Amino acid sequence: MATYSTNEFKGGLKIMQDGDPCSIIENEFVKPGKGQAFSRVKIRNLKTGRVIERTFKSGETVEAADVMESDMQYLYNDGEFWHFMDPETYEQIAADATAVADASKWLKEQDVCQVTLWNGVPISVITPNFVMLTVTETDPGVRGDTSGGGGKPATLETGAVVRVPLFIDVDEVVKVDTRTGEYVGRAKD
Amino acid sequence: MRLSKLILEPANTSAVPKTDSIDNNDWRPAASLEVIKIRATLLARIRSFFEQKGVLEVDTPALSRFGCTDPAIESFRSGYRGPHSADGLPLYLHTSPEFFMKRLLAAGCGPIYQLAHVFRNGELGGKHNPEFMMLEWYRPGMDHHALMDEIDALLAFTLDGFFDYQPARRISYRRWFLEATGLDPWSDRVSAFRQFAEQQLASVPASMDDTELDPWLDLLVTHWLEPRLADQVLFVVDYPPSQAALARIREDSVAVAERFELFLNGVELANGFHELADAGQQCQRFKNENRLREQSGQTVVDYDEHLVAALQSGLPACSGVSIGFDRLVMLAAGLSELGAAIPFPFQRV
Repeated sequence: MATYSTNEFKGGLKIMQDGDPCSIIENEFVKPGKGQAFSRVKIRNLKTGRVIERTFKSGETVEAADVMESDMQYLYNDGEFWHFMDPETYEQIAADATAVADASKWLKEQDVCQVTLWNGVPISVITPNFVMLTVTETDPGVRGDTSGGGGKPATLETGAVVRVPLFIDVDEVVKVDTRTGEYVGRAKD
Repeated sequence: MRLSKLILEPANTSAVPKTDSIDNNDWRPAASLEVIKIRATLLARIRSFFEQKGVLEVDTPALSRFGCTDPAIESFRSGYRGPHSADGLPLYLHTSPEFFMKRLLAAGCGPIYQLAHVFRNGELGGKHNPEFMMLEWYRPGMDHHALMDEIDALLAFTLDGFFDYQPARRISYRRWFLEATGLDPWSDRVSAFRQFAEQQLASVPASMDDTELDPWLDLLVTHWLEPRLADQVLFVVDYPPSQAALARIREDSVAVAERFELFLNGVELANGFHELADAGQQCQRFKNENRLREQSGQTVVDYDEHLVAALQSGLPACSGVSIGFDRLVMLAAGLSELGAAIPFPFQRV
């Protein structure tokens, strides 16, 4: 079992805590002049995304987490799993609903996502910040109204619903910020 | 010497190296020119303060045949090889100029101060640099309370125009803990401190057990008490005897070590003692510290026999204190990282 001592702590290091893989965000050395030294770290649980604080005595060791982040292309969904492919090795992996979570509503075939693997198994999927998706359902467009004021809901090809300006029609391709779920603009030809 | 008023500009924070990396790829200083000038101003004022008070500036070796036995402080080790030592002579870089200065005091030099670079292995972070500058001074005939008055005066003089320093409130270590945690370090059990830490802190280190109280006190000081001292200036006085370090013990209703620390805006800035002058007790403390080192697998350190001999010959009753000079600069310049207060912090050496 690989371990890290507190002296190896730094931002980005992957460690095990409470049975879950975590990533160190921030590491602070804390020590009274004549007393015990501590490492006070902020860590992100890579499965839940939750950020917690942990304190270690200097010199303590923690189990290393076998975590890999790789860019993978989304292929298809078989009803239960989302399948991704490593564009270099063509190796394919299947991610379950827990790993894909909210990313599912932005996943479009061929898009390259950041997949986090723990012991070779996907635990989270991050879609590109911006995706281009086709509108499949929305109220008829109001021609001439380019003000963008007001807006209306539109269902996209992935099933996601976003607010779009009134002039957007079915079959148009829109650009969406996946971090906020907001419409950014019309796709440029 | 007349000191010109400095115009304070925010330091070039992009130049401040991140403490979780020691990439040494930049030739430039990490401190801004403004901060380097503040260092010079504070140094000049400190020297002027002590000249007015008739305290003699001294300088003592950074290399010594003896190291620091305190299990919480690691000396850098070095060695001499050359004429008179063909086999090599192990040497330590000092972690404080204290022992040499006490040898001067025992030789009858009177009140002395020193601005010394000191070295502590394994200490690097937002408030730590392995090499730092210490202002250390000794006052024969003063107890620790009289010395605290002088610290107030020195800081008000030195920080004038940078920081509105008001004489610090004084609170006993015991009352400090009682007010902040409801726990008494002199009478409550270790398990009570553990319970408090487990309930109040985000987490407690897995390897801490109930055999010793001091690590729990250190945990609570750094994670619970210090963070509550933002915008405060506070002397914490009379420490538990287990944390006496080099302070004398006073037998009150309970035994207390006549040690104090100064916290300024939550930063530990000064540590001082009504100095232990008893050679036998000093020798015993060195040996105890080495025993603790042995138990925890740390290297045993050659303790300073010359200090013990100096105390045997007679150390005048005195108090002494050290102030972290770089932290003082950090506070004067309104910086949040120690690395920005030092021209070339560890990441740039």
